[in-house]
Amino acid sequence: MLYALLCYNSEEVVGAWSKAEDDAVMGKLAAVHDKLTKEGRLGPVARLLPTTAATTLRKTQEPPLVIDGPFAETKEQLLGFYVVECTGLEQAIETARELARANPGGAYEVRPIALFIPGTAPTTGPATGAR
Amino acid sequence: MTDLAWVHAALTSARPQALGALLRYFRDLEIAEEAFQDACLRALKSWPQNGPPRDPAAWLILVGRNVALDGVRRLGKQDELPADELLSDLNDAEAELAERLDGAHYRDDVLRLLFICCHPELPATQQIAVALRIVCGLTVKEIARAFLVSEAAMEQRITRAKSRIAKAEVPFETPGAPERAERLAAVAAVVYLIFNEGYSATGGAAPVRAPLCEEAIRLARLLLRLFQGEPEIMGLTALLLLQHARSPARLDGDGCIVLLEEQDRSLWNRQMIAEGLALIDKAMRHQRPGPYQLQAAIAAMHARAARFEETDWAEIDQLYAALERLQPSPVVTLNRAVAVAKVHGPAAALAMIEPLAPRLSAYFHFFGARGAFLMQLGRADEARVALNQAIALANTAAEAAHIRMHLDRLERDSAPRH
Repeated sequence: MLYALLCYNSEEVVGAWSKAEDDAVMGKLAAVHDKLTKEGRLGPVARLLPTTAATTLRKTQEPPLVIDGPFAETKEQLLGFYVVECTGLEQAIETARELARANPGGAYEVRPIALFIPGTAPTTGPATGAR
Repeated sequence: MTDLAWVHAALTSARPQALGALLRYFRDLEIAEEAFQDACLRALKSWPQNGPPRDPAAWLILVGRNVALDGVRRLGKQDELPADELLSDLNDAEAELAERLDGAHYRDDVLRLLFICCHPELPATQQIAVALRIVCGLTVKEIARAFLVSEAAMEQRITRAKSRIAKAEVPFETPGAPERAERLAAVAAVVYLIFNEGYSATGGAAPVRAPLCEEAIRLARLLLRLFQGEPEIMGLTALLLLQHARSPARLDGDGCIVLLEEQDRSLWNRQMIAEGLALIDKAMRHQRPGPYQLQAAIAAMHARAARFEETDWAEIDQLYAALERLQPSPVVTLNRAVAVAKVHGPAAALAMIEPLAPRLSAYFHFFGARGAFLMQLGRADEARVALNQAIALANTAAEAAHIRMHLDRLERDSAPRH
């Protein structure tokens, strides 16, 4: 079974870290990543840019509404995520629209990724591994 | 990070919001600052023991308000203040307050606090000092260091500025849309000033002034969180990030400026560039260009070029042309001419800057650029005159050295003909 571990913290506090503090945390995390990689268990890892860089596509209406800022609704829950290569925000929003046509309702938050590690975990998730 | 470091970071990030709300409540900057200070002292005792509150700003506002009201009551005014409902169960009140702060109140509180600091009656240096002291919470000692003056002098400067603010009319009613836009523009200008104050430092001053750039970026991000749909605030934040990203390559070992052309681009901070590019990308979608967005877009063109030779000068020329239309200034035209020289050649660039001569007769970069264009056109004698004028107007040793290099090259090139 694959598990997603979703990282939450106050971005103002994390943003206030000095470069040395940030590097220290990333260094300690890298040691854990290494261990997981050796065990063949690490999947994709992403560190996101701050929420100020986010745009949200509200797909509860047609056509969907593009709003500046992160997803801020507490009545809906995070159900999954995509990692997509895009030339820029325009293409990222276009991709989100395409997905929205297939799956309306809710929202997609479009957030640039600051750090991406593709990982090497085998796909033992429910889609391929379940009987 | 230790517990105390966490508390300190949380207090710093909650400061503008908490202080802004206390200011609205007490309508007096001094009382608000004292109330916030007291609340911080209690937080330092309580948070490491009890863990951080769900909403640090709401906690500080509530505690600060209660402590200040207690103080007022002790002075003998206890009958005048209907404070009982405010002193009820802390948790409920905190939750209710947090709810309210999510809305426009919080936004206007922070904006008011910043706006007060950039009161038009204050000279720019005082605006910056007061903003750093009040909004960012830097100590007088830290600010004095950044401004390269004594602590006593800075203390006096800030006290004087604060008493001017106290006497000035501070509007406390919720601003209408035009006032809000006006305040936002004034506040953005001060954030940019704070950044430039740090960015323009060279030599030994550079390391002590770098924190000013970081504070400015923090304030810009704060504004952006409050005004998420404002393309100019996106542009401002992007501009500061893209410029600051270059700072590791901007100064050499002696603290002298390294020209963009010669910077080691591998030293640029890629994370900051990524964030800046994402923000300018977001801003452009609005198709409401403004000076910060255009300057950020120009900085983005440099950030996107892996090597100086790969710079897209035609695009930079277009962006400067747009900036010129929006905010005509001889300095913008001069900058544009540098791009024009790359795209259309030095003759076109020279023709573009000639009319600026009367207005830029005391400007180093004007003569530097003029000399460079004349050199490229092979007009050595005129180039020499312009470069000598530039040297006379140089602001730093690095600027003078750079021009001298051009002059030496002129001498070398013309020597065989004699």
